[in-house]
Amino acid sequence: MIVLAYMLAAAMCLGALGLVAFIWSLRSGQFDDPAGAAARILEDHDPAP
Amino acid sequence: MMSATTASGCPSGLSPGAEADIAQDPAAFVTYSRGRRALDILIRGASCGGCLSKIEGAVRQLPGVETARLNLSTGRMRVEWTGHLAPGLIMSAITRLGYGAAAVGEAAADDGTAKTERRLLIAMVVAAIATVNIMVVSEPLWFATDVSPETRTLLHWVSALFAIPATAYSGRPFFESALASVRARRLNMDVPISLAVILAILISVYETARGGQYAYFDASVMLLFFLLIGRFLDARLRRRAYAAANALAALQTATTTRLGPAGRAEAVRASDVQQGDILLIAAGERLAVDAEVITGASDIDLRMVTGEVVPVTAYAGQIIHAGAVNLTAPVRVRALAPASRSLAADVARLLEAGEQKKSAYRRLADRAAEAYIPQVHLAAAATFIGWLAAGASLSQAAFTAITVLIITCPCAIALAAPMVQVAAAGRLFRHGAYLSSGDALERIAGVNHVVFDKTGTLTLGDPGLVGVYAPELIGRAALLARASRHPFSRAIAEAAGPGPVADGVSEHPGEGVSGRIDGRMARLGSAQFCGQAALPGGVLWFVMEGSDPVAFRFEDRLRPDTRRTIDRLRKMGLTVELLSGDSEERVARTAAEAGIGTWSAAASPVAKAERLAALERSGLRVLMVGDGLNDAAALAGAHASLAPGGAVDVSRLASDCVYAGDSLASVALIVRLARIARRRMRENFAFAAVYNILAIPVAVVGWATPVVAAAAMSLSSAVVVLNALRLSVMKLEEAAS
Repeated sequence: MIVLAYMLAAAMCLGALGLVAFIWSLRSGQFDDPAGAAARILEDHDPAP
Repeated sequence: MMSATTASGCPSGLSPGAEADIAQDPAAFVTYSRGRRALDILIRGASCGGCLSKIEGAVRQLPGVETARLNLSTGRMRVEWTGHLAPGLIMSAITRLGYGAAAVGEAAADDGTAKTERRLLIAMVVAAIATVNIMVVSEPLWFATDVSPETRTLLHWVSALFAIPATAYSGRPFFESALASVRARRLNMDVPISLAVILAILISVYETARGGQYAYFDASVMLLFFLLIGRFLDARLRRRAYAAANALAALQTATTTRLGPAGRAEAVRASDVQQGDILLIAAGERLAVDAEVITGASDIDLRMVTGEVVPVTAYAGQIIHAGAVNLTAPVRVRALAPASRSLAADVARLLEAGEQKKSAYRRLADRAAEAYIPQVHLAAAATFIGWLAAGASLSQAAFTAITVLIITCPCAIALAAPMVQVAAAGRLFRHGAYLSSGDALERIAGVNHVVFDKTGTLTLGDPGLVGVYAPELIGRAALLARASRHPFSRAIAEAAGPGPVADGVSEHPGEGVSGRIDGRMARLGSAQFCGQAALPGGVLWFVMEGSDPVAFRFEDRLRPDTRRTIDRLRKMGLTVELLSGDSEERVARTAAEAGIGTWSAAASPVAKAERLAALERSGLRVLMVGDGLNDAAALAGAHASLAPGGAVDVSRLASDCVYAGDSLASVALIVRLARIARRRMRENFAFAAVYNILAIPVAVVGWATPVVAAAAMSLSSAVVVLNALRLSVMKLEEAAS
């Protein structure tokens, strides 16, 4: 049964990690301009400072 | 963001559109903080990475510019700079590339909707993570046959560990809405949702504590997850539509020049104008407030205000309403009211009455909720009493009754309308039509009579040359016409194409243009100005020394697809009517050309609203389509209303849906999509009802185990969602613009 306890802890940690990562990406503006991000990746010059 | 008409190809290299003629001084929108100036600009036409780097590159080359970042998804660009760069140079750097640019206020207006959307998104993700984890734990409970009671209880507790916090967080949008609705002594769909979710959690905790076989943690969190998907998509689409409609508005917003006490001119936003301010209205500028003319002689274009195509001549003391465009020469005016109150009082009153009437409309989903809630709650109560009467224990009876609530939980019903709404609004969005309210689709679907405004709605709004003239004659007249903003002159200039302007041209407000062509005196203007006999209709005389005088005739032309659209509307079973503020003769001609039998002319704003009220009293449900200030009251009072993107602010706000682009075909498309959407909604409700009729007996007799509940719930939701998504993929061949 102890294996269940490990699984439990791992599941909760992974879930929490996913949630934190998602909220971070949301806060840091990664979803603000999906179209622009897709276009900018093709620019071959360095971004302006 | 893109309208259907501009989506093909990037406009780089083309000349800016006609809207660029409306004067706007970006200086009024510049903000200043800690040595840096900043300006938000709405860019029209940018659609790819090439546009992005071209625009940003051009602006970054300007002296002092530190950041220039264009958001391709929203079309907004923020420029920050230090030093004395004139903001007009930023705008012209962009317009020179062929893109439209309009300065806008800082992005703060839609903060409320953005916050709601973000909150729903996080709630949805929390519910999703909890659902996945509970699924993992529940899998052995659903399918394994050799789980010991101890393991089962442990797995239930693990589920509870995920389910309780997730429900407490993700359920809040529903709980709050349910509470608000109960407080207002009404029932909405969130009441049974909240009840089912909370009771499911409570009974599951109770069952787990006493080592029972079944718990509903999985079902309650999954239910929240499904519903939140719908809510989130709805909120996101609504915000995008709001932003797109705002973008259309920003292209119209004018700034104006205020004259200070010492005669100093400063650019201000139209919304900042106060009563009593002295304004200098440049030629080509749109008046943002009601005002009285102090000095200056000019022609005033009243198309947006009254629907009249032929401009009037301004005189001192004349009162001009907001929306009028000054054509020939600068005039000084005194503002009579701030922009927000620049409306005739009777129109404002009618607008308010119309809004009240619209808020009284009861949505299909609300009506379904009212039919559904008592039915299910009665079934649950009957189950409870029935099981008690049959000798079951109190907890057994309560468990079965709550199972009834859970299995009939309004997942399918709650998703039935919103998912259709999301799919239809998304489809309209792609076609450049933006819905402004949640129930707009349903009301548009219900109309059976369409009333069109004439100027700017059925017609292009700009008069065009009619008749056949020799090309060299048009070319000569254009030498004078190019110097004027009068719509007739512009029609001649347009017919002649680009070219030079004659020597010594001067414009005489209210009369015409004079100049020298090949050394000979020439005049283009009114009959009196040219010394000719007055003719009826839109006429411009052209006289030149040594040549015969010529009269050019002008007509407001129909939009190219007007006739087809009217025919299509008729085929859809709608009757069509024309209601205009323009003169009888012109309205009659337009009606004949468009193939409309019923028409009325010279209607004042109040008369328009009264005509609509009379139509509704006779039992018709009217769709009003209009763009001018004189249509605002009618738009607000109609059963449903549409406005083209170029409409004045008031009319745009009063309408249910704004469509971009020059094509009238959008009107038929919107009505058609709305009707299909209503059919999908009804199908969904019918399906949900059938599902409930099947599910209730299963739950009442106690056969509904958690796995049955989970499967039934996901299956019914999936059916409803897929049915709604048919709207996104179906072909709209002949209705597409």
